[in-house]
Amino acid sequence: MSARESAVTAPPVTATIMDAAASGDVLLEARGVTKRFGGLVAVRDVNLDIPKGGIVSIIGPNGAGKTTFFNVVAGIIDPSAGAVEFRGRKLIMRPRRTWIEPILWVAPSVIVVLIALALGVQNGGDEGLAITGLLALGLLITTFLLAIIRPPWYTQLLARMGILRSARPNDVVTAGIGRTFQNIRLFQNMSALENVLVGMHIHLRSNLVDHFASSRRQRREEEAAAKRARELLRLVGLREIDDELAKNLPYGDQRRLELARALASDPVLLLLDEPTAGMNPAETSAMTALIGRLRKDLGLTILLIEHDMRVVMGISDHVLVLDHGERISEGTPEEVRRDPKVIEAYLGTSAS
Amino acid sequence: MTTTTTVLSARPSFVETFQRLRLGPYLFVLGVAAIDYVVIGPNQFVNALTIGAIYALVALGYTMVYGIIELINFAHGDVFMVGAFTSMFVLTQALGQDGPIDSPGMLAVVLFINFTITMIALGILGAAIERFAYRPLRHAPRLAPLITAIGVSFILQNIIQIIYGPSPINTPQVIDPAARVEIGGVSIGVVNIFTIVTAVLLMIALQMLVSRTKIGRAMRSTASDRDAAQLMGVDINRTIAITFFIGSALAGAAGVVQGLYFGNIQFTLGFQAGLKAFTAAVLGGIGNITGAALGGFVIGFVEVTAGALGFFVWGQAAVFAVLIITLVFRPSGLLGQQLGERT
Amino acid sequence: MTAANTKLSRTPAGGPGLRGRLSDLSSRHRSIAVIVGMSLVALVLPLIVLLPPFSSFSGQTVWMDGFTIAGIYVLLALGLNVVVGLAGLLDLGYAAFFAIGAYTYALAASPFTGWDLPFWPMLLMGAVVAAIFGILLGAPTLRLRGDYLAIVTLGFGEIVPIVILNSSKYTDGPNGIGGISPPTLLDTRFPTTGNPWPFYLTMLVLIILSMIFIYRLQDSRLGRAWMAIREDELAAAANGVNTVVTKLLAFAIGASTAGLAGVFLASKLQTVTPNLFRFDVSFTVLAMVVLGGMGNVWGVAVGAFIIFMIQSVFLKQLNIFFNNVQVPILSDIDFLQYQFLLYGIALVAMMLLRPEGLFPSRRRRRELHTEEDEVFAEHGDAMGAAPE
Repeated sequence: MSARESAVTAPPVTATIMDAAASGDVLLEARGVTKRFGGLVAVRDVNLDIPKGGIVSIIGPNGAGKTTFFNVVAGIIDPSAGAVEFRGRKLIMRPRRTWIEPILWVAPSVIVVLIALALGVQNGGDEGLAITGLLALGLLITTFLLAIIRPPWYTQLLARMGILRSARPNDVVTAGIGRTFQNIRLFQNMSALENVLVGMHIHLRSNLVDHFASSRRQRREEEAAAKRARELLRLVGLREIDDELAKNLPYGDQRRLELARALASDPVLLLLDEPTAGMNPAETSAMTALIGRLRKDLGLTILLIEHDMRVVMGISDHVLVLDHGERISEGTPEEVRRDPKVIEAYLGTSAS
Repeated sequence: MTTTTTVLSARPSFVETFQRLRLGPYLFVLGVAAIDYVVIGPNQFVNALTIGAIYALVALGYTMVYGIIELINFAHGDVFMVGAFTSMFVLTQALGQDGPIDSPGMLAVVLFINFTITMIALGILGAAIERFAYRPLRHAPRLAPLITAIGVSFILQNIIQIIYGPSPINTPQVIDPAARVEIGGVSIGVVNIFTIVTAVLLMIALQMLVSRTKIGRAMRSTASDRDAAQLMGVDINRTIAITFFIGSALAGAAGVVQGLYFGNIQFTLGFQAGLKAFTAAVLGGIGNITGAALGGFVIGFVEVTAGALGFFVWGQAAVFAVLIITLVFRPSGLLGQQLGERT
Repeated sequence: MTAANTKLSRTPAGGPGLRGRLSDLSSRHRSIAVIVGMSLVALVLPLIVLLPPFSSFSGQTVWMDGFTIAGIYVLLALGLNVVVGLAGLLDLGYAAFFAIGAYTYALAASPFTGWDLPFWPMLLMGAVVAAIFGILLGAPTLRLRGDYLAIVTLGFGEIVPIVILNSSKYTDGPNGIGGISPPTLLDTRFPTTGNPWPFYLTMLVLIILSMIFIYRLQDSRLGRAWMAIREDELAAAANGVNTVVTKLLAFAIGASTAGLAGVFLASKLQTVTPNLFRFDVSFTVLAMVVLGGMGNVWGVAVGAFIIFMIQSVFLKQLNIFFNNVQVPILSDIDFLQYQFLLYGIALVAMMLLRPEGLFPSRRRRRELHTEEDEVFAEHGDAMGAAPE
């Protein structure tokens, strides 16, 4: 799937060029997602449907496997079992048959050598050997480079052969998912503006040739990018801190900045990992309102991990409750709040 | 950070038990050794064990330092080299030796003095390097102590080069290299046995120090969680200094046996040996003391085998290939744990 | 470096002072500044050496020859700066790419192979071949942490000269390859003795082009991606940065610069041997980058020049000086022998006292003096912004 065309200069837009097989209303479908670390099962058989334009929260006591599930969806961890479909396409899955790949890397070179031997090159003389050697070496280098760089057509080719690899984090972003982190992971020594610009990475187009030839195209793109980045900063409520280093910003601003950065890739789905952690009630309300606006004005779909029940109750359409890696309840906020299993899971832990 | 708490629900498979007992790596090493014995013959095998013992001693320093402050001490190989020169200095200048010693009593005394002085001197050197070059940078970005370590490495090399010149220097081999002993029908050099036994004894001593003494506990706790250890009252600075002291002292011991076994030393010794010893540490699982020992012997095998098969220069490349393969396919080493995440 | 329109922001984003202003210039202006600045330097240097005391050391030709070789190191430093300073990958085996560039041209234009390919296209070819090797040698290091990456690159840096040394059939091993053709322009061969200007000016052009290119990279999405990876690789990936390709590009671009330098070296010296490319070279270039100011393009160029001059001229002159003027201890010292010792000490001292280097990029200074910033930020104003 190629990076979407939503241009740097266009206003925030939800209608994007999607794959043909977009399946109706459900944006993300997780089925049987399981993750084992050695002997411990962090996430067991979790299913989740996220409708387009919805806000879904995942809650549960500490250690329930929420962040692990998040990390699977975000492509940071490969699942042990199960799959995640996003916009009708299988995005995350358990890797299959990856052992075949190394064979594919050496196969062309080996074939060349074999053919040469069959043609009797060993009797021919130095030149024949040299050509064979160079050809084999060249093929080896080419396949090796392909394997490292992994252009999309290569991945599709492999998929057709039954070799499946799960999406890596940057592929997930290209597919249209953005995320924030539980403990803020901003680029500390870069300015707020630069942080957002990195978020726009997949949309910027200037490449090495531009650096050689003319700087004009690169400059124009950079200026447009900076403009859009500033818009995003305003959108999340940040003013006048564009050139401040991220590490110097107050906590609340840092959280907003991370949000702006996540929005910069023009995602369709946002994964927010405890967006209101460490915030006082006023800040929490502001953030909650902001999240609501993101859905209303930008048409974003949002998946939240949250501990703060006010946020969960106030804004979610749908809630999934995990405990010990398993689903123990699911439904609207009201239904979940009254579910005795949920109450029991939280018993003894402070739930606000 | 959310923690995983679900209990194992299925019975462990054979593979899992096998993994848990960690027999695999030891069997692997034994297998390598056995194959090697057949390939290169008993003499070279003993040679490999000897060289491996030296690498193991040096590798211990790398692994201990990395375990405690997560820094690859580039200068450690050169500390080893300084140890070899120190040993030579002690033997020739202080003790006036220049060749094999016949009387075992005298030999024991000479060796004892040599080892003691060298190890203590090197320990002090190592602790001093830590104190003045690394400690101030403990909170600096990663690149800084790395670069400093390289700088220290060059300083050590060049000081020795300036004092002793660039050519190899002979060291007194106080254990007669020609003295041999019959074990199980195989003639083995006394110096080989001495080296291997010394190395093993030192490693056992280290293992006991780390697992049973108070300072060993301090080292382990600092390695595992520095802040918590500090909160528990562990003096971090002292612990780290002691770690460097011990690691460098062991390198000093390695330097002594290097001179005894090979009979000559050169200022470039540290650079080459350092790379190989580091590979040994990584192969065994960086931060893991037993691993460093295992790794040292394996690297000894690799090097001697490559040499015996006629690929001496490629022996260096072979060791390096081991490093790359380890880092790419099993970065936690033989005795480390598999990591699960990726970027 | 922001793409900020300098009219809109109140303070120059790069900060006050010459450094800041240089980084704020729009890239076209900066390119011009580089061209003008470097040309001025290049024209002034040959004039300065006509004056005493420099004229008493050597004639102008020898000086300019030295400058040209210094230029080789400047190129190397520029390239290594991309890998270490911009992308944060500590490459200790940089000399390997230097060797590859040199041997590529050597094989292409010497009696050893019998070929005589022209210099100018081979410049490009050498850069490309080196870039490919940059990718190949960089690939295994992608998942390694800083320390391990350093060791592995160190190993590669060791292995390449060894391979060259031992592949006598292809490289004439320890003898090296000789008789390499110098460049030819408009049917005239570059003089290898005598007139130093052709080589000198060629080097100038190479440096100018490299600097312009690297400055543009720094300001682009690639430069930001490198910085992001340096800051937090996982977060970078989580924001769409393809860390594999980005890191490989750093290796490739850094290596290609060394490849350029290698081709030039081969054409100037007319002989290449494996021991021109040992760890000393990697270490020296690293020292140049660190001392000059990691991440600062012109800083490392100046640093490289200064260090080379110190190494090749200053130390030698010190020897001569103290030979003539008898001073007790100093006259017995052969300063040349001490040069690596001095580098080592300088490196350690730099890291302890001024890790950002002699000519730090403003950003690097902000990065490295964290402790003061942290304390300051705690007591900063309500916005949390600590004034610089």
